[in-house]
Amino acid sequence: MGLLSDPVRRRALARLVLRLNAPLCVLSYVAGIAWFLALVFPPLTQRTYMSENAMGSTMVEEQFAGGDRARAFARDFAAHRKKSGALPVAWLERTMRSVGLEVYTQSFSRKLPFPDETHERYMVSGTNVYGILRAPRAASTESLVLTVPCGSDSTNSQAVGLLLALAAHFRGQIYWAKDIVFLVTEHDLLGTEAWLEAYHDVNVTGMQSSPLQGRAGAIQAAVALELSSDVVTSLDVAVEGLNGQLPNLDLLNLFQTFCQKGGLLCTLQGKLQPEDWTSLDGPLQGLQTLLLMVLRQASGRPHGSHGLFLRYRVEALTLRGINSFRQYKYDLVAVGKALEGMFRKLNHLLERLHQSFFLYLLPGLSRFVSIGLYMPAVGFLLLVLGLKALELWMQLHEAGMGLEEPGGAPGPSVPLPPSQGVGLASLVAPLLISQAMGLALYVLPVLGQHVATQHFPVAEAEAVVLTLLAIYAAGLALPHNTHRTQAPDRGWMALKLVALIYLALQLGCIALTNFSLGFLLATTMVPTAALAKPHGPRTLYAALLVLTSPAATLLGSLFLWRELQEAPLSLAEGWQLFLAALAQGVLEHHTYGALLFPLLSLGLYPCWLLFWNVLFWK
Amino acid sequence: MAAPLVLVLVVAVTVRAALFRSSLAEFISERVEVVSPLSSWKRVVEGLSLLDLGVSPYSGAVFHETPLIIYLFHFLIDYAELVFMITDALTAIALYFAIQDFNKVVFKKQKLLLELDQYAPDVAELIRTPMEMRYIPLKVALFYLLNPYTILSCVAKSTCAINNTLIAFFILTTIKGSAFLSAIFLALATYQSLYPLTLFVPGLLYLLQTRHINPNSAAAVHTCENEEQSLLDLFLGVCHDVCGKPSGNHLPLLLPSQLLGFHPRSLWLYINVFFYTIPLAIKLKEHPIFFMFIQIAVIAIFKSYPTVGDVALYMAFFPVWNHLYRFLRNIFVLTCIIIVCSLLFPVLWHLWIYAGSANSNFFYAITLTFNVGQILLISDYFYAFLRREYYLTHGLYLTAKDGTEAMLVLK
Repeated sequence: MGLLSDPVRRRALARLVLRLNAPLCVLSYVAGIAWFLALVFPPLTQRTYMSENAMGSTMVEEQFAGGDRARAFARDFAAHRKKSGALPVAWLERTMRSVGLEVYTQSFSRKLPFPDETHERYMVSGTNVYGILRAPRAASTESLVLTVPCGSDSTNSQAVGLLLALAAHFRGQIYWAKDIVFLVTEHDLLGTEAWLEAYHDVNVTGMQSSPLQGRAGAIQAAVALELSSDVVTSLDVAVEGLNGQLPNLDLLNLFQTFCQKGGLLCTLQGKLQPEDWTSLDGPLQGLQTLLLMVLRQASGRPHGSHGLFLRYRVEALTLRGINSFRQYKYDLVAVGKALEGMFRKLNHLLERLHQSFFLYLLPGLSRFVSIGLYMPAVGFLLLVLGLKALELWMQLHEAGMGLEEPGGAPGPSVPLPPSQGVGLASLVAPLLISQAMGLALYVLPVLGQHVATQHFPVAEAEAVVLTLLAIYAAGLALPHNTHRTQAPDRGWMALKLVALIYLALQLGCIALTNFSLGFLLATTMVPTAALAKPHGPRTLYAALLVLTSPAATLLGSLFLWRELQEAPLSLAEGWQLFLAALAQGVLEHHTYGALLFPLLSLGLYPCWLLFWNVLFWK
Repeated sequence: MAAPLVLVLVVAVTVRAALFRSSLAEFISERVEVVSPLSSWKRVVEGLSLLDLGVSPYSGAVFHETPLIIYLFHFLIDYAELVFMITDALTAIALYFAIQDFNKVVFKKQKLLLELDQYAPDVAELIRTPMEMRYIPLKVALFYLLNPYTILSCVAKSTCAINNTLIAFFILTTIKGSAFLSAIFLALATYQSLYPLTLFVPGLLYLLQTRHINPNSAAAVHTCENEEQSLLDLFLGVCHDVCGKPSGNHLPLLLPSQLLGFHPRSLWLYINVFFYTIPLAIKLKEHPIFFMFIQIAVIAIFKSYPTVGDVALYMAFFPVWNHLYRFLRNIFVLTCIIIVCSLLFPVLWHLWIYAGSANSNFFYAITLTFNVGQILLISDYFYAFLRREYYLTHGLYLTAKDGTEAMLVLK
């Protein structure tokens, strides 16, 4: 209470905030960025460790030896698939039954809001096939899932082969205490979503699907497998799920344990993990991995079909077999052994995975940064907004009140309310206009695609993306403030104050749920938001503001992403990718419920428009 | 002045009706900040169906409403939405007329003190004018009806709205000077949630003081003591009559509650409400309505199973203390804290319950921050009020002994 009521200290603090505002803001911003960069260095990154007792101490001996069988299954599957052109449901059913599973199918159909040009689909209908291995040692109250998503562009025949071979092997073992579901989905993620919704008996995305005939217990963990070659050089693991959700770190630790045991080479974000963290090279390489993870998580897309499981509180990850030019290759037996080991350990679980971290960043497979250590980075960035808002408030307050209560006795001044009233009234128009623009951005592209295709020579998907861009750009040209106040400075200051608080609120909420997205947006939007004012070099500010708008951030992220993957983009390619990303973003919102598109269009874009209004305040 | 009030009412009812019809209504009525086990509509429905089946609603551990509420809704179940809209409107109207009268009293008192030369000479700018006081009742109604907290509470059909109405009518009848009605409304409010009992003190103080101001005060003082006694008797009598019936008013500590009182460690705070009444009564004996405001806020902060509906009630009083604005020191920071916390509730709840990535401590931390924000806000108002009173009697421009500007320090 001392700080809040003691006038001497308050005055000192107020003076500090007012006089040193600019340097404090710069310092805070730099501290935020520096903190983030420092995350890859050892005191802040820690070694991962297994927290779950049930998976820690017990050793298992993997006995899977069905490599030939897996390859044979894969060949058969590929042949049948080629013949029928779709998922060979009948063959799968037959084969699963022959290895001793309870087999069910589920058909689903979904009309996408507009044609998906990347995956070339619009009216989607397909069938999922799944077989349940009933646990001999327990009632069917809990289950594990091994899933292989089959899509048009990912054949995954070897994954299906391995799945079937593993099923045959698992069937012969007596130690299973959890049902194991072997799931093959058509149209990759759409099929997974349909199956998950039916399994949990909910309908969140408007998918039409037949109800499931067979069920196992509550799913404890799931592993998605993507393999398209008979041999692999390494296994890549993907953890980022829908809306940036991550599985419990123990699941990743488990995977890593078995990779080490079997001598498998495993990668994260396609990067090998640096061995030496003490010199500078290791952390720098870690930073690359970390940035890739941040970009992936920020996109909010499910990177693999495991991403959809996370929404149902099922810990899941995707394993991808990579076949590159490395000399040493592993066959399916090595991958199968790793999977067998993971499933056996998961089988030991007595309760849900909950011991380890859910909120973490990974600069390497065996290193992580926990939430307590990475949050200050975004905290420092948001502090800039807070400091700026405090400064504006004090300036506004002083303008109306004379000096800020010298020693408790207010100086002679006119009462504040009249001028404040005008200030508030002039805020309503820009707030409403920008919010309405956001709503238009959210609703119109999908709603107006048919109108657009009738009047312009474009396809639906193009129409959606172009309408998006058009509305986005139109927001900049809208009439801004309508009021002409006596004190023009107060008007924009009040608007900026509101905008700063609005931005800080949104970024804070986003950073809590999806740190990467919050941090990425804060890094780009905070400096220009703090700078925006109608005086000084306006063109420079305008250019900066456009460069840091949400759409520009997305474009920039795409370039950074490819740069980090060591596959740099040309400008034209980048633009094409940007358009595709926009379409994907809208589609993923409608098909899986990804939140990035509504967040940007209903929250951050209107907020950004407010700063644009501040800049062009008359 | 009636036309703007009607307009505000129409807007408020429209917003509520629209929300009742939207898909949001169900989502809101499940929100843990909006309904508590004590005020949840779901439980009222449960109690009603138990009653229809001939089972005592109190036989289980689910239903915690009072018998009067259950009989009320026994007849009105089909019009529940209407009932909640009407209770909100009634609260606003009661507050509107209460504050209108209160302002008249304040103005009269100020005039009297001016005539008696009780104020320091240089406090002209602190004197309140009828112009600035004119719109206060309307603002109060506006603050109550269009406060998002009230709207959420109404859309969720939280029975907290009914308690608010009873308290609002208690305030109205107290200010109107009707001891009998005020005792009845206070008894009804107390019957529903126990905590309004503490409002008895400011109510009594106010009733006593309005009589003091009367011209023939010599006689009034004398009769007042008798009145006080009879009022107390009456109040207790009514209270006993109503509470004597089997009541659901036991405090169930079964389920996690919201806002404060969530964490087992904060159990001790449950009785905190009652600690403040006597000190406040001593400090604010001259200003019973301000006392009432502080006490309502204290109830909203420290009661067990608080919801945003309770917060909305004391927030409606903010326009009444508009003249304290210049003395408020942290209003900006505190407003920000309260807004931030209100937004973080659903986010952290989502992380805890749905995503499973955060745990209850995240949510608990934010409820604690919300309450700290409220406490600081109320103490800011309290301190501002005391300072204004001090300036009024001692003069606005104080100098210390050595001739420099003096400052007031709260210690």
